[in-house]
Amino acid sequence: MDYRWHWGVLLQPVATGEAATYFDWLLSGLVNTVQLTLLAFSLALAIGTVFGVMRTLPNGVARVLSAAYVSMFRGVPLIVQFFIWFFVVPELLPGRAGDWLKSLPSHAQFLIVSVVSLGVYTGSRICEQVRAGIQARPVGQFHAAFALGLTRAQAYRHILLPVTFRTILGPLTSEFLIISKNSAVASTIGLLELSGEARQLVDYTAQPYESFICVTLAYVGLNFAILRGMRWVRRRTALPGTIGS
Amino acid sequence: MFEMDWQALIDSKDVLLSGMKITLQITVVAILAGLAWGTVLAVFSLSTHRALRIFSQAYVSLFRSIPLVMLLLWFFLIVPQLLKALFSLPSTVDLRLVSALTAYSLVEAAFFCEIIRAGIASLPRGQLQAGYALGMTSRQTMRYVILPQAFRAMVPLALTQCIVIFQDTSLVYVIALGDFFRRVTAIGERDGTIVPILLVAGAAYWAATTVLIAITNGVRMRLEK
Repeated sequence: MDYRWHWGVLLQPVATGEAATYFDWLLSGLVNTVQLTLLAFSLALAIGTVFGVMRTLPNGVARVLSAAYVSMFRGVPLIVQFFIWFFVVPELLPGRAGDWLKSLPSHAQFLIVSVVSLGVYTGSRICEQVRAGIQARPVGQFHAAFALGLTRAQAYRHILLPVTFRTILGPLTSEFLIISKNSAVASTIGLLELSGEARQLVDYTAQPYESFICVTLAYVGLNFAILRGMRWVRRRTALPGTIGS
Repeated sequence: MFEMDWQALIDSKDVLLSGMKITLQITVVAILAGLAWGTVLAVFSLSTHRALRIFSQAYVSLFRSIPLVMLLLWFFLIVPQLLKALFSLPSTVDLRLVSALTAYSLVEAAFFCEIIRAGIASLPRGQLQAGYALGMTSRQTMRYVILPQAFRAMVPLALTQCIVIFQDTSLVYVIALGDFFRRVTAIGERDGTIVPILLVAGAAYWAATTVLIAITNGVRMRLEK
């Protein structure tokens, strides 16, 4: 196995004529990965919270809707969902929305579709955690809220959810890490995030090891940053009186 | 746009079946090899030798911090070169398949290692001491007392992981291996029916997953009895 290492290739200008080096391509891949991860995680948190709460409501329709959402999005592989959002959904959208999406520059299209695919998929996993977190609250907290004259919405907003989020911070951290890794699937619909750039660099430079090593290190670094960030959140939000505070 | 050409799908059933075969092959090999190697890693992580513990820990955290897409690309880069350097291979060997099988087996071992470790950790410490008190060596205690109970404790999580593996096999798309999903998209692109055929593929995966989840729940309920 005689491989010619050539790290200098990363600093060479790219062959397409843009004013950039191959290293700049990797950096823009990192920016896209971080962007996609943060946006998709925010979307997943929002959707997961709404559907997770719905699952705990007395209203049967809300519970069935939430269960159907989870079953549908956990039952189909992520890459299939990416393809469906990319190829199928724009055709289903009412005329003007579909045309608007297709008229966007391709990068914006890829990013929007990726954020939605990844966010809705991960939302179904977060939904289950929010549901379990709420159901693990002692029922007395709910009764106490009602006794104080709070409405159901207020009880969720001020009593149940603030505590629930703190108790499920561990699983949420895992989801954050998983979503950063799952963002690599976006390369299959054409988004040039880290692993998309890794493949593009191989095509242009024929130096696979250099580009793969850089990209792998970037993912490991991203993992580390997320862990550190979530540890900070955990310290800031620890429930007073618990062992973790 | 949404007209499905079912006849074209039926005509391509051999292609689809061979795709399904690859999907199942990767799933089964990844589960079996992952379980075997994952058990070894879990035992390493509880070993009294520091080097083994560090190896197991480093292995698990490395494989868990890299996206599966990237690992597949890595293994498709390394495995074919390694095989060619070591053996004179007949050209009939499907290097994509061998690379994918290697990647999934090694990655899933890291996940199974964590599941088995959690299973072992859930056992009361007295089980170890009881084994020693009966005069068993630490290896015998592991083999006859700890592991059989740990496996039973981890069954629900391990089954869920098997379903995850089944779904994740579709990522071999990135190394152009013809599994079920890759074959389906190829047919869709050929016939210009990508829109309906993706919905069919999604429904097929959903049905398979739903059946697998039902089986998992059945097993879980029997275990809890």
